[in-house]
Amino acid sequence: MTVARAVRTMRVRWYVTLPVGIVLAGVLVPLGYLFVRAFEADLQTLSDLVVRWQTLRLLGNTVGLAVGVLAGTTVLAFPLAWLTTRTNLPGRGVLTLMGVLPLAVPGYVMAYVLLATTGQYGTLAQTIGVVLPRLSGYDGALIALSLGTYPYLFLNLRTALLGVDPALEESARTLGYSRWQVFWNVVLPQLRPGYLAGSLLVGLHVLGDFGVVSLMRFKTFSYALYLQYAASYDRIYAACLALMLLALTGVVLFLEASLLRGLLLHRTGSGTARRAVPLELGAWRWAGYAFAGGLALASVGLPMGTVGYWMSDTVATGLPWGSLASSLWASVSASAPAAGLAALLATPIAYLGVRYHSGATQTIERIAYLGYATPPLAFALALIVFTLGAVPAVYQTLGLLVAAYALHFMAEAIGPIRSALYQAPPNLEEAARSLGRSRLGAFASATFPLMRRGLLVSVAFVFLSAMKELPLTLLLAPVGFGTLALNTWSYAEEAMFGEAAPYALTIMFFSACFVGLLLMREQAATAREKEVG
Amino acid sequence: MTDLLLSVQQLTKCFGPDAPPVVHDVSFEVAADRAPEIFAILGPSGCGKTTTLRCIAGFERATEGTVVMQGRTLAGSGVHVPPEERGVGIVFQDYALFPHLTVLENVVFGLQQETEAERTARAREALDMVGLDGFEERRPQHLSGGQQQRVALARTLAPEPDLILLDEPFSNLDALLREETRQEVRQLLKDKGISAVLVTHDQEEALSFADRLAVMRSGQLDQVGTPEEVYYQPRTLFVAQFLGRTNLLLSQAVGDEADTPLGHIQLNREAEGTVLVSLRPEHLTLAAPETADGPVGTVQGRAFKGHDITYRVSCEDNEYLVHTDNRRLYEAGDTVVLQPLEPAVVLERQPTPADMPSGATPEPSGTT
Repeated sequence: MTVARAVRTMRVRWYVTLPVGIVLAGVLVPLGYLFVRAFEADLQTLSDLVVRWQTLRLLGNTVGLAVGVLAGTTVLAFPLAWLTTRTNLPGRGVLTLMGVLPLAVPGYVMAYVLLATTGQYGTLAQTIGVVLPRLSGYDGALIALSLGTYPYLFLNLRTALLGVDPALEESARTLGYSRWQVFWNVVLPQLRPGYLAGSLLVGLHVLGDFGVVSLMRFKTFSYALYLQYAASYDRIYAACLALMLLALTGVVLFLEASLLRGLLLHRTGSGTARRAVPLELGAWRWAGYAFAGGLALASVGLPMGTVGYWMSDTVATGLPWGSLASSLWASVSASAPAAGLAALLATPIAYLGVRYHSGATQTIERIAYLGYATPPLAFALALIVFTLGAVPAVYQTLGLLVAAYALHFMAEAIGPIRSALYQAPPNLEEAARSLGRSRLGAFASATFPLMRRGLLVSVAFVFLSAMKELPLTLLLAPVGFGTLALNTWSYAEEAMFGEAAPYALTIMFFSACFVGLLLMREQAATAREKEVG
Repeated sequence: MTDLLLSVQQLTKCFGPDAPPVVHDVSFEVAADRAPEIFAILGPSGCGKTTTLRCIAGFERATEGTVVMQGRTLAGSGVHVPPEERGVGIVFQDYALFPHLTVLENVVFGLQQETEAERTARAREALDMVGLDGFEERRPQHLSGGQQQRVALARTLAPEPDLILLDEPFSNLDALLREETRQEVRQLLKDKGISAVLVTHDQEEALSFADRLAVMRSGQLDQVGTPEEVYYQPRTLFVAQFLGRTNLLLSQAVGDEADTPLGHIQLNREAEGTVLVSLRPEHLTLAAPETADGPVGTVQGRAFKGHDITYRVSCEDNEYLVHTDNRRLYEAGDTVVLQPLEPAVVLERQPTPADMPSGATPEPSGTT
């Protein structure tokens, strides 16, 4: 009876079952392949490969970098999120834009910018005569990754701060708590789901990064993995490294899940949340500007300036317009469908996780995150072997690249959708159903409008990430499919920085426009709300 | 009861195969043969009353039992009609208004009429009915709690459901507004001829709002009846205590009389042996010892409430509550005679502690 009913339910709710099935198969099949690959070797070989000092060093480097970047992004994102949501600082809109723009700067560009800015022959030395020690290794990777990934945390914290019911703070104030105590005891605990979602994205990004660590020559698991593929092509050791990286990711996911347990923070009061009364900064305003300005200069100004500096070289010799246009089209034609597909797949998964919180739905969500955490190189290679073996027609098609992007970046879409769902009480849908809407109709008319903002953030995240994505594109793109990212990186790899500049600038410009559009739509929606009120 | 609007039979709900039932073997009926009926389910929080309501609405799937409305099976024997096809409206405790829609759009939401104009006209009518004309273009978040409640009511009433469910809809209103809104809503339901099932933990609300009510405890109904029946003839100790304060007497019954700590008194029905009986404070009165015979006690204190007075009287180590009219004036320390005015109510032998002390019960509370 129960099994039959479960099957019937699955068939009726195909709009949930189908995406979940696609995600599970798409993520688990390649991972299964990794195990098969690794265990092709006998146990002695395996233990020789894994049990050695090299492994411990890679582990130390990887964990050290992840913890460092998490601390770095927290220090950068938290004050910025607070300044842009809770104070009366003029120009908050611009500052918010600045807090999102680094998403338009690929990690490998950021890493190169830092390399080229510092040192004896860096742009700083050449233009204003300031010689800073050349950044590389841990410090270089730490700074490049912190500046490039703090927007993930910033956006999640911003959404969370806007979602905190001011009545809770006000009631704590009337209970005798000072403003600072309220922040510590009332606001911070409510930011935990948002902070966890953001920091998880940052942590996974660091574990899987290859552009930054390769340019900074900092040996983490994924860089070692890349070296195995590119140089010695030892697939068994590469699979071992990938599995160890996966185990590390498993620990991170486990930590996140256990910290998030019991954090279902629906507002319980009546009506809809008001905005908090902003804090008058007074003279402290200048400290706020100094912080936000310095951050914008380092994370947005510096890449623009440095890339612009190289660009002037190229402009003098003539821009390759034809190649630029075709690589722009290539990037968009893969990234845009991937963004839509990812949001489509992520919505039912986030929905199940929030509304039907159980062991099973948590597992589904974790598997989706596993797709993100799987090192892109390993994920790509697994997909290649899988498609060659099972569905050769799909190999080296745009469809496979789009699917790989969507499966890999879906975790970026789940976070904001989940944050938005936490703010939409479940009984809105129940009200809609008692008013005659079907299950799907109730979701579309009652919950969907409330999660549009989160969904938009999700689509933008996936689109930008896919535009910037390097390792997946490197291995999966159809022959002759030169995206902006591929061109940027291959020129940069060969130290042809002038040639790389137009492609890098195009990525940055295009992504910045997209981010701007996103923020404008959000502001328009807010303005509409105010107008009606 | 020939024309049943709603019939709930042996409803049981378990969350999970091994979990104990939250609702266990609940049966009741809402009739509409003479006039629309307002039925209340009263119980402490966590007793399963909201789950019962959600099973009727179709949000929860009943584990066992049936829900039949106007002869149509909504739940039971393999059938589970989805909420949108039940023709049942619901008003939630927190109203669940759509924050992205205006007041008018919220009310239009559930309407099925052909044209936009018809729907809008119908919605305006519903808003007018709850006294909210002029608020059409506002957002729910810019309304007061009472106004939000009216929007929720208008939204539920506009599609003219056969039955509406009210899930503690008054508990988020302040006391003054609550009393007033309750009367208005009751009048509105009666005028429109719509039956309702109300869920509440407030005994006063259930008694004043409902035509009939059920008292629920730990997933089961202890008693179903009119407010007067349930209040004056409680079947169990729980019902007696939950509906207001009462005096309990451990008695030796023979036929329809019993020996109690307050002397030999009439019972409401025949019983034998040791029984627990209940006597409401207003069914006791006081007399001066010179003018009457009976158990003698000492006034411990009194609360003057204008229209009546509540005395605390001690008698043989127990304390009793007595409501009298405001002409009987005694001071603390006065010696008085306790006189029952009505037969005491025999409570069913339930899993009540055998050493239940005689005397006044504490204030009923909404929680367990």
